[in-house]
Order: sequence, then structure tokens, then C-alpha cells
Amino acid sequence: MSRLNLASAQTEAAIDTLRFTTAGSVDDGKSTLIGRLLYDSKSILEDQIAAIARTTHKRGQEGLDLSLLTDGLSAEREQGITIDVAYRYFATPHRRFIIADTPGHEQYTRNMVTGASTADVAIVLIDAAKGIQPQSRRHAALAVLLDLPQVVVAVNKMDLVGYKKEIFQKIKSEFTAIARELGVREISFIPVSALLGDMVVNREVVNHKAVNKETVNTNNMPWYAGPTLLEFLETVRVGKTVAPAFRFPVQLVSRVRFGAQQDSRGYLGRVESGSINVGDHVVVLPSGETARIAEIITLEGNAASAAALDSVTITLDRQLDISRGDVIAERFKPPRVTEHFRANVCWLGNEPLTTARRYLLKHGTRTVPAKISSVNSRYDILTLQPEAATTLNTNDIGELSIQVAQPIMVDAYWANHAGGSFILLDEASNATVAAGTILSEPSDV
Amino acid sequence: MSLIDSIIPARAVEANNALRAPLSKHLRWLESEAIHIMRETVAETRNPALLFSGGKDSIVMLRIAEKAFRPDRFPFPLVHIDTEHNFPEVIAFRDQKVAELNEKLIVRSVGDGIRSGRIMLRRADESRNVHQTTTLLDTIKEFEFDALFGGARRDEEKARAKERIISHRDEWGQWDPKNQRPELWSLYNLRIHPGEHVRVFPLSNWTELDIWQYIAHENLAVPSIYFSHRREIVERKGMLVPVTELTPSKAGETVLTQAVRFRTVGDITCTAPVASDAVTVDEIIEETLLSRLTERGATRLDDQTSDASMEQRKKEGYF
Repeated sequence: MSRLNLASAQTEAAIDTLRFTTAGSVDDGKSTLIGRLLYDSKSILEDQIAAIARTTHKRGQEGLDLSLLTDGLSAEREQGITIDVAYRYFATPHRRFIIADTPGHEQYTRNMVTGASTADVAIVLIDAAKGIQPQSRRHAALAVLLDLPQVVVAVNKMDLVGYKKEIFQKIKSEFTAIARELGVREISFIPVSALLGDMVVNREVVNHKAVNKETVNTNNMPWYAGPTLLEFLETVRVGKTVAPAFRFPVQLVSRVRFGAQQDSRGYLGRVESGSINVGDHVVVLPSGETARIAEIITLEGNAASAAALDSVTITLDRQLDISRGDVIAERFKPPRVTEHFRANVCWLGNEPLTTARRYLLKHGTRTVPAKISSVNSRYDILTLQPEAATTLNTNDIGELSIQVAQPIMVDAYWANHAGGSFILLDEASNATVAAGTILSEPSDV
Repeated sequence: MSLIDSIIPARAVEANNALRAPLSKHLRWLESEAIHIMRETVAETRNPALLFSGGKDSIVMLRIAEKAFRPDRFPFPLVHIDTEHNFPEVIAFRDQKVAELNEKLIVRSVGDGIRSGRIMLRRADESRNVHQTTTLLDTIKEFEFDALFGGARRDEEKARAKERIISHRDEWGQWDPKNQRPELWSLYNLRIHPGEHVRVFPLSNWTELDIWQYIAHENLAVPSIYFSHRREIVERKGMLVPVTELTPSKAGETVLTQAVRFRTVGDITCTAPVASDAVTVDEIIEETLLSRLTERGATRLDDQTSDASMEQRKKEGYF
């Protein structure tokens, strides 16, 4: 293998994944923006282009309606709307991307929350011609509730406002104030035209209006020096500044035994946060017994360490009674073992929340009976200001106090997403009725 | 070509394996996610099974199962829904792979369903692909499976792009796309009522390119028909159609012998090859990077019927 190939192989190893969510309606040009991103990054293939050309034509329109790329279900195509979360994939030489494409209307808050739960970046769309709409505010608020590290605002339809810098600047300063009020962590602004392509993938777009019908490439916004949307996505850094502590929820216990005496059980699971080395001190919860890591087992053989999101099998240096649902954690930075906690909860179920009922709560690998002890507030989804409430309806977000029948091992969501998230299940219908993020207690600080 | 010749593992891969770079962060994340999903399903369902066809995605699924459970045996059997319209190389590969892994394989045949009158064909030579649904649902009932692992990916098709990783099926095996359970973080809801089951897709977030790069990295053997070989074909509706006993040429068509390979492996009557000279996995990866057609667009004769044909079949209980 030549040196050149080896160098490129090493680059290949560094390729990571960025997950981002887009929320909006056809009116904002959300589907067109995704279509443009995919089309100009050459991620759409010829048979897909042929299929959308056929459908565009069938509807009596000309050219390519890029928004058709993202409408997956027949009901969506019939009604021209996005109903559900759709996942799209594309790649550039720098990164692999997963888009969670969600509808933007209030009645689809639950879909937006679903898409944002696994995202690193939220793209918020603002129509330059219409200015900031409640919908843009709502998307930024959800990004805050789900603690997304980055929000990027695509100020779209710049072509409709003559590519004017002043309009972009006005939206930028107004929305920066809103974002600060909501508590957005990091925010960036990019002026784009999804329809024509400006600043989505390319800085310059084909200008058909040129004299004598020659096409020339024009930069319509020379006043904007920042990255294009794709450049932003390719280079944005995500992840926590402070690495969360080691957490290993046990998924399964092996039948075969390991170790020199062939008497050690293997615990199967994924490192949800932090990292671990052979010999490290750990605590097993909820029992509170301590041990050291004896082996980290993979199909390729034993490893000296395992990092966040590695799926491995570990053994401990002593015999303990451990089963699914227990958490093996960093000994000196353990999670809180509790039966009561407060959480922000998005209600997903079709029936409203009721404090009279018993639900099942799934947190990590543990599922326990749970009761809502109180509804503390419901948030105004545009301002995140709490209001008095006694229940939550579909798509509502509020703060609850929850009691569980057996202890769970929790982290505050802002500090550790995996340790701080849960879902509620309806025992009768088996539906997933709520998604929650656990709040800090004074003792966490 | 004899069957023995045709099950030689992925050839040139071994040559440069020593120098192969570590798994990219991206593939490492995908692999771990798939392992996590498989383990969660095993922990929370009573009687799972893994659908294994011998195709590239299900080969990756077996590797993920090894990573998830070895040195234990798999906590589920493998199931093949056999249309009897197979490429012989793929069936030979399937049997060899199962023997190597020393796992249990259950085969149920669409042909048995046809012969017993359970499945009615309109024409004797029609594609049996859609009829797999009946046999699959019968098999689920026979063994009382409550979870079935499949290798489907969301990048394959528009309806799949909206399907959950854990996809609920009612007692008729039907998928209700408008009433899917929200799926947040890595918290999967595997609860079902008696008679229902879930389909579980650990490779949901993988693309065709990811699959081949993983096959290359893990040095996995694949059936020989994925590599370039010379084969009799006819051109039909812009696609290459293999000429076999089950799919003879029609009057007026010119039979050509051409270098082709299959991008996807399914029922012989609805799987078309593409022109290709790729004889190694690395060459397939290069071709995938340069391809201007999607996997199904280039190769599946059955998905072309309408924009919604996959959605319709899935609603009825298809894979």
C-alpha cells in the first residue's frame, strides 16, 4: 500500500457522524432545504431524480420539486405535508450525516422531540420574507429542552428579499435575543436560498438571467463571509466540554463464564458515558458494592479500555449478584440512586396524563412501575415560561414530580443525556406515552 | 460454475488486511448501536429469531450477533423464508455460513405454501417475492416468535426511511405507518400484546456504502454473485435481467453474455444485476461511491410498480 493510500486510510478512520434535526413546514421551505442539501452535495441518485421529475410533472409543475424527496408515506404525498420523522443519510469526504426530518407544526411537537432526542445540531428555519414566526421560537425552545449543543438558524428565501444584508442582520439580532432568553447554548446564522441554492452547499449559484443567455455563477451575498450550511455541518464541533462519568447499564449476563478459574460472569452492555480501563474502581448500583474491572471482552479479544458508546462484555474481580437493570459506574462519581425525582416531560400519548394511573418507566436498561406524584407546571412552548397546570395533553411539555417503585440510578440530563433520559409506557396499550429529562437536585451540584 | 467454486470467500480482501485502518468512528458507532439493539431485544422479548437470507445485509447481521453474544451461542435461531427461486450460490453460501457458526437454521418454503394451496399464484411464473409474506407470517405463528431481526436499512427506500428501529406488528402482521411508537434516545419499547410481534432493524442507520466498508473491514465472506462474473442477460425496461431456467428470455430479445454483478440478492425472478468489473470488495466500494443509481432503483424489478409499492407490502406484513 502506498503512503498516499495509507494517509487516506487514516483519514477514513477519523470520519465521524453528525446527527442533525430539521423542523419546519413546506411553507418554510424545509423540505426544499433538505432536498437542496442532498442534491447539491450529489447525494441524490439518478433514479431518485427521475422519480421526482415524474411526480413534479404529474402535478402539472415544471422542473424538479426537491421537497418531494423527503415525503415518504403515501398520505404525506397526497396531502403535501410531513407527518412523521424521516431519517435521511448523506456523506461528504469529511463526515457522515444523519438527518432527522420532522414536521414543524405545534401538533407535531412529539415528532420534533423524537428527532431532537438523538441530534447534535438543530437547524431552525426562518423565512426572510416573513420574519420570525412562532414556529422558529418553538424549535429553538425544544433544542434547549433537549440540551442540543448547537442551533444553526438558516435564514431562508433570501432571494425573495433581494439578498439584503440588513434583513438578515435584523433577524439575526432579534433571534439572538430570543435564543439568549430561552437559554440556547451555541447559535449560528446563515443566509440561504434553498430554492436557488445560495449558501446551502455553494457560495455561488447559476444565474440564468445573464445577458445573451449564457449562464454565469454569481455570489449573491458577497457581504456574508461565514461558512455555507454544509461547511458549517462539516466542521461544527459537538459533544460535552466536561466528559461525563463512566456509566454501564447492564443489558444481559452471559451464560458462559470467564477468567482463569472460569467462574466470572460477563456483563453485556454499552458504555453510555465516560470510559473505563482494566483495574478501575467501580460501584455496582443499586447494591452499592464495589469492585474493580477484571476484563473487557470483545470478539477481537480482550481490550485494555473501552470508550463511550462501545458495546463490550466486562468482568469484575469479585463475585457479585448483578442482573439486567443494574448500573456499573465510576466509584467516586456515582449516579444518584433514587425513587423520587423531578423531570421535564413531553407528553406523547393520545390520552392526557393522569396522576391516578400507574405507568411503566424505562430508564437505561431498567423498567419500573411509576406514578406521577404531581404536575408542577406546563411550559409555554414559545417562551419556556412555566404556567400552572394539573395535567399534560398530547404535545404538551411540563415539569413533573415522579415516584418509582424501585430505585433507579439517575444523572441530571444536562450533565449526562443517557443517565438523565427516560420514557413512560402505558401498561394497557403498551404505547410510549411520554419522554422525560431528569432535572438536577441541589445535591447534584 | 460448480457450487464449491462459487463459495470462495471475498477474495482479494485478505491481501491487504494487515494494513487495514482501524474501523472509522462512524462505523464503530453504527456497529455498537446494532449490538446494543440486538441485546436489548434479546433481554426484553421471549422468543426472537433472526432472518437470514444469505444476502450482504444479513451477513453483517450475523457478524453483529457474534459481536453481541460470543462466546455464548446466539440466543435465537436463524430463519430463512425460501422462495425456491434462488441463486444456487446463495443457498450454498447460506448453508456453509450456518455450519461455520454452528447455529440453528429454520427454513420455511413459499413452494410448500403453493403446493398445499395456502398460496394461490395468478401465473405459474410470477415473482414469489410478495408471497414470502404469507410464509413469513405462518412461520412466526408456528414458532410463536415475538421478535424478528431483519437487515433492512432506512436508506433503501422511502417507506423504510420512516420506519422505527423497533417496528410493531399487530396480530395480522400489519404495519401501521401512521400510528408508530415514538422512538427516543436509545430507549426502545419492546412491549407487545399476545399474538403481536416486533420487527427489529439494527442496521436502520447503515447505508449501502457502510455495509460494504464493514464487510471489507471485518473480512466477511459474501456469495460470489456479488462479484463481477460473466452471465447471460437480456435488457428489459432499462435493466439487465438474468437469463435462467426460471427467467427465460422472451421472443425477440437478444441474449448477451456480459460482465455483471448483483448489488442486492433476492428472489431470482425480481433481482437484476448491474454491469460491473468489480472483483474485490474494495472495487465494489469504489463502484458504490461512484454509482449514480440507488441499490433498489438499479436492481429491483418489483419496486418499480409504484411510488408506494414497498409501503403497501410492508403494511401487509412484508419484511
